[in-house]
Amino acid sequence: MKLNGAEILINSLKKEGVKHIFGYPGGAVLHIYDALAAQEEITHILVRHEQGAAHAADGYARTSGKPGVVLVTSGPGITNAVTGIATANMDSIPLVVISGQVPSPLIGNDAFQEVDAVGITRSCVKHNFLIKDISEVAITVKKAFYIATTGRPGPVVIDIPKDITINQMESEEYPETIKMRSYKPTTKASNRQIKKAAELIANSQRPILYSGGGSVIGNASKELREFTRLLGFPITQTLMGLGAYPGTDELSIGMLGMHGTYEANMAMHDSDCVVAIGARFDDRITGNLEKFCPSAKFIHIDIDPSQISKNVVADIPIVGQTKQVLQALIEELKDAKLADISKWWSQINTWRGVDSLAYKKKSGIIKPQTVIEMLYEVTKGEAIVTSDVGQHQMWAAQYYLFDEPRRWINSGGLGTMGFGLPAAMGAKIAMPDRDVVCVTGEGSIQMMLQELSTMLQYNTPVKIVNLNNGYLGMVRQWQEFFYEKRYAMSYMDALPNFVKLAESYGHLGILVENEADLKPALIEALKQKDRTVFVDVITDPNENVFPMIPAGGAHCDMLLAGRDEMLSKDETDLNAV
Amino acid sequence: MRHIISVVLENETGALSRVSGLFSQRGFNIESLTVAQTNDPSLSRMTIVSSGNDRVLEQIVKQLNKLIEVVKVSDLTSRDHIERDLMLVKICPTKKDNFDLKQLVDVFSCKVVDVTDKTYTIEISGKTKKLNAFLDAFDPASIIEVSRTGVTGISRGKKLI
Repeated sequence: MKLNGAEILINSLKKEGVKHIFGYPGGAVLHIYDALAAQEEITHILVRHEQGAAHAADGYARTSGKPGVVLVTSGPGITNAVTGIATANMDSIPLVVISGQVPSPLIGNDAFQEVDAVGITRSCVKHNFLIKDISEVAITVKKAFYIATTGRPGPVVIDIPKDITINQMESEEYPETIKMRSYKPTTKASNRQIKKAAELIANSQRPILYSGGGSVIGNASKELREFTRLLGFPITQTLMGLGAYPGTDELSIGMLGMHGTYEANMAMHDSDCVVAIGARFDDRITGNLEKFCPSAKFIHIDIDPSQISKNVVADIPIVGQTKQVLQALIEELKDAKLADISKWWSQINTWRGVDSLAYKKKSGIIKPQTVIEMLYEVTKGEAIVTSDVGQHQMWAAQYYLFDEPRRWINSGGLGTMGFGLPAAMGAKIAMPDRDVVCVTGEGSIQMMLQELSTMLQYNTPVKIVNLNNGYLGMVRQWQEFFYEKRYAMSYMDALPNFVKLAESYGHLGILVENEADLKPALIEALKQKDRTVFVDVITDPNENVFPMIPAGGAHCDMLLAGRDEMLSKDETDLNAV
Repeated sequence: MRHIISVVLENETGALSRVSGLFSQRGFNIESLTVAQTNDPSLSRMTIVSSGNDRVLEQIVKQLNKLIEVVKVSDLTSRDHIERDLMLVKICPTKKDNFDLKQLVDVFSCKVVDVTDKTYTIEISGKTKKLNAFLDAFDPASIIEVSRTGVTGISRGKKLI
């Protein structure tokens, strides 16, 4: 039977088990949309902006563990999606993005809606393809899914010229498996390294486990729990790793890094053995590299060899999947005699006593931290929480304790404002039976507001909790600390009436101005199982995120709430980002 | 330190830009880059001369390996190897060049490949330093055009990339 390129493409996606595509039609993909409309296996979600499509597919992938699929047209279609692709790339999220391209004979002619999609996306994808012949369609889809989901996952773009989608060829069997001589993602960790690591771990006096996104993406949560409990070591998790180990567990000492807890950062600073598990020593984690963990030896477990010794030189590098490496380490250590670390724990418990996440309530004003605490209470800590980027993101990470992986969905690497709402929509489509909450701010939410319309069309009831302080809060905080309170362009005047806005999109809006109304509002919002609810909470405009390691500082230089409100300018490295 | 990195990669459109893009994106420097198809037409081989300390080099090699189309990467400078640079140079001798061109060509074992009433075109290959030394033998004003391939290299003995 003869099929056209569009049909082959759609059939290939079905073979890959794709159930949802997030996309937006346009000239170059009309044949593909025609083929899509002729079938029922795959549901297409029509977003309102291509960036929303990429973020929604990303949220879908983060919650479900399955690759997200995006379909956009040529030119502005793909350029709009670039921010979403880069977001997924930074956080190692598997996406397959199909972009239309002008017909092959027109490529390079500055044709209408032509852009060099492969060139533009090259630096923010794991790989990309330009299909040159109809015979390449199926094999390229196979390769794209294989590359996106194996090894260190990431986004893959397939650019497909319009003529290829209408040309016909005899249909062929979709390849079952694929082998690429230049891409071999499965690496088994070396036994020698495992043994060396086990020895260092068993003998360390002040050990700490530092787990990152690789524990979530690598589905290593079970092994991480077993490993941590076997050793009885303190564990700190990165922004991307939250939930792989339960945040409420006794061994968990909270998030580390720029806005990490006092105990986590102090323990990192004083540790003699840091076991990095699927984490990449990002600058938000390490602060000043020269002052980072001065007395520690580093064991670094990562599937991507290029992460090892990139920022911090690893003493014992272990290249492999977090899940398998942890299994091997458990096997190696299960009967080992460990050094006594009770002194270390009593030190950590002293630091814990500082209670670095404590904050003072003020009457007549709602503290943003309270909103997250109350949200945690009302959802019993079981919601899938997406966030945008800024202060609200940090408060959500600090005060909502995640006990399971894939519940905390945020743009950690790229820090993309606008991510939260479409990601929540994608998460709700992946997990329709779960409560999905988008914690956002009045700045971030306005970057992707249009997706409220998509959410009505596809009935994805998400709860939006807007921490509305009238400021681009994180910018304002830095200006307060490091720019002598010169608040340049961080105040947003003329905000919309979010309640009316939500209503005009067909959703429910609730305004909360008093703390007494907060809990009932959240309960009401969550009770509305079939509706998207926008809870606009007016919060303290002057609140700052604490603790804080100023950029360029060391872990032991943390600023604490109530103790260090301001820093003088010369104490800070203004070149740090 | 200067390093010669050999890269074997799929002979596909865009592969070159992936490599050069990687270098600019990550701030690695490129002194020279040569690329051509190998005896297997589906593979290209690239030779890149770059510089940096050991950690930078480690990152360059790892990042190159991460590119999906790259089959093999090796640092030639870490082992016994042969390196060659080919140069075509057009010379229009001035009065300051008081030597016998024929003799100079013999000393550097190169070839005169084209002659006009005013110019000589010379083909010379060897290590980069030799090519530089050859150019230094002339009055700068007499060198009117230079085209170099950049370094290509291969390991000595039975050892392959």
